[in-house]
Amino acid sequence: MILISGRTWRGFYGLLVFACAWELFSRSGIFPVGIVPSLETIGLALVIMIRDGSIAVHIAYTVGRVLLGLAIASVVSVPIGIFMGRVWFVERFFKGPLSVLMPVPSLAWVPVFILWFGVGNRTTVLVVAYAAAFPMVYNIWLGVRSIKPLWIRSAIGMGANATTVFLRVVVPASLPFILVGLRQSFGRAWIAVIGAELLAGTDYGLGRLIFEAKEWLSTDVMLAAIGVIGVVGLITEKLVFAKIDRHTIVRWGMAGSADTAN
Amino acid sequence: MPSSNKFATRRRLLEFAIGASPFVIGAVAWQAVSLSGRLPAVLFPDLGTILSSFVDLLTSGVLADAAIGTLTRLGSGFAIAAALGLSLGFLMGRYQIAEDFLLPVISFGYPIPSFAYAPLFVLWFGLGDTPSIMLVAIAAAFPITINTWRGVKSIKPIWIRSAQGMGATEPQILRKVILPASLAFTLVGLRLGLAQAWRILIGVEMLTAVANGLGSLIFGAQQFLNTDVMLSGIIMIGLIGYCLEKQIFERIERLTLARWGMITA
Repeated sequence: MILISGRTWRGFYGLLVFACAWELFSRSGIFPVGIVPSLETIGLALVIMIRDGSIAVHIAYTVGRVLLGLAIASVVSVPIGIFMGRVWFVERFFKGPLSVLMPVPSLAWVPVFILWFGVGNRTTVLVVAYAAAFPMVYNIWLGVRSIKPLWIRSAIGMGANATTVFLRVVVPASLPFILVGLRQSFGRAWIAVIGAELLAGTDYGLGRLIFEAKEWLSTDVMLAAIGVIGVVGLITEKLVFAKIDRHTIVRWGMAGSADTAN
Repeated sequence: MPSSNKFATRRRLLEFAIGASPFVIGAVAWQAVSLSGRLPAVLFPDLGTILSSFVDLLTSGVLADAAIGTLTRLGSGFAIAAALGLSLGFLMGRYQIAEDFLLPVISFGYPIPSFAYAPLFVLWFGLGDTPSIMLVAIAAAFPITINTWRGVKSIKPIWIRSAQGMGATEPQILRKVILPASLAFTLVGLRLGLAQAWRILIGVEMLTAVANGLGSLIFGAQQFLNTDVMLSGIIMIGLIGYCLEKQIFERIERLTLARWGMITA
């Protein structure tokens, strides 16, 4: 009891109240039990999917698509963002297309991409990459622009060449923004992948699992999948991004300098 | 002076040319690909076809109908989300118990894209407006709640204590201290919420098969291989998204925060 603080207990109660509310809702008969399954049924569906390994396959496909999409997006966005921040005519060149394409939600492209690239993996990954690219470009651009010119000039004055300036000044100085961008990109990619999997009919994936479960009215599977999506997202946030932050910008005392860009 | 003036004009012309060039290059490349005939014209229509179908859809009112439907859904969903998010965020920021209680639920719910609920909501509430508005509201409520909470938490306790010391009641503290002091965060939250709602709504409309909406317009056009209609829909979506960002939020920020010196415009 001493080890667990009162705050943790209250948080636990919060989840408990939420669970009880669901259970009451499920048993109340507002909706038939078939489409509002009890927690027990949801848990059972989850256990079955864990036992036969299918949930692991779905998670692997979804996470793999996100990683691939993020990789494609960074190959395109990192150079564009950096050069936009450093060279005025590159900034000028990309500013227009950026402000025209950025407000178009990635999922609006799904039907077009399906016609161009067919249903399946390629469309899904491209939609994910599209969703992830914009926050990356935007934040890297902001970050590189925020570097004090004096830092770069003093590095050059001390005899640093272009590569050294880039690696030792530009990258670390803009890192808070880059990390904010990466986090936002992951968030967008995570939304886009589920949506694209629902719409573009891939074989596996958590979105696909939900879509197929709907055809059979297996709401227990759907809710179990929703829970898994939440857990995977939460783990990524808490374990991956929080850890990267701790080891870089928090340690260097730069945390919070890009907070408002969030 | 005249020579520097001339230089400035030339520089401005150059900037304009560079700014316009990606659109020109894009248009030429698009036209070249489409007219080369390597892709079927149905899937990759030329710019003239896209433009004329955009104008057709605009004058016949189809696009306007769809846009009004989408914007109505966006407005209703966002209004619900704002009411929910502002009150939850305020409660969490002001009262420790509310924060301890709600934070785990919110941090678990936040990473779940509301698309994941879409098939479930369709089962519960049927197709159409009700599930789409609810999904949009859920998606937008999270960033609003979290930013309002952070904003209220960021207020210096001494401001609240001095207001209390001067005999302010709780509603007065809310109105005179908490609201203005957390406004920078709240506006960021509302802005993120609206952007989130917008991104989600287009996808949700495809899943819930609403009668009139830009998402369902695009999705329906796909069945008939009407690529020109789909691209016209996307152009409309881009225009609306651009207006939402530039006209609404940047203006609000200029009117409030920049004027009060909270951020530099």
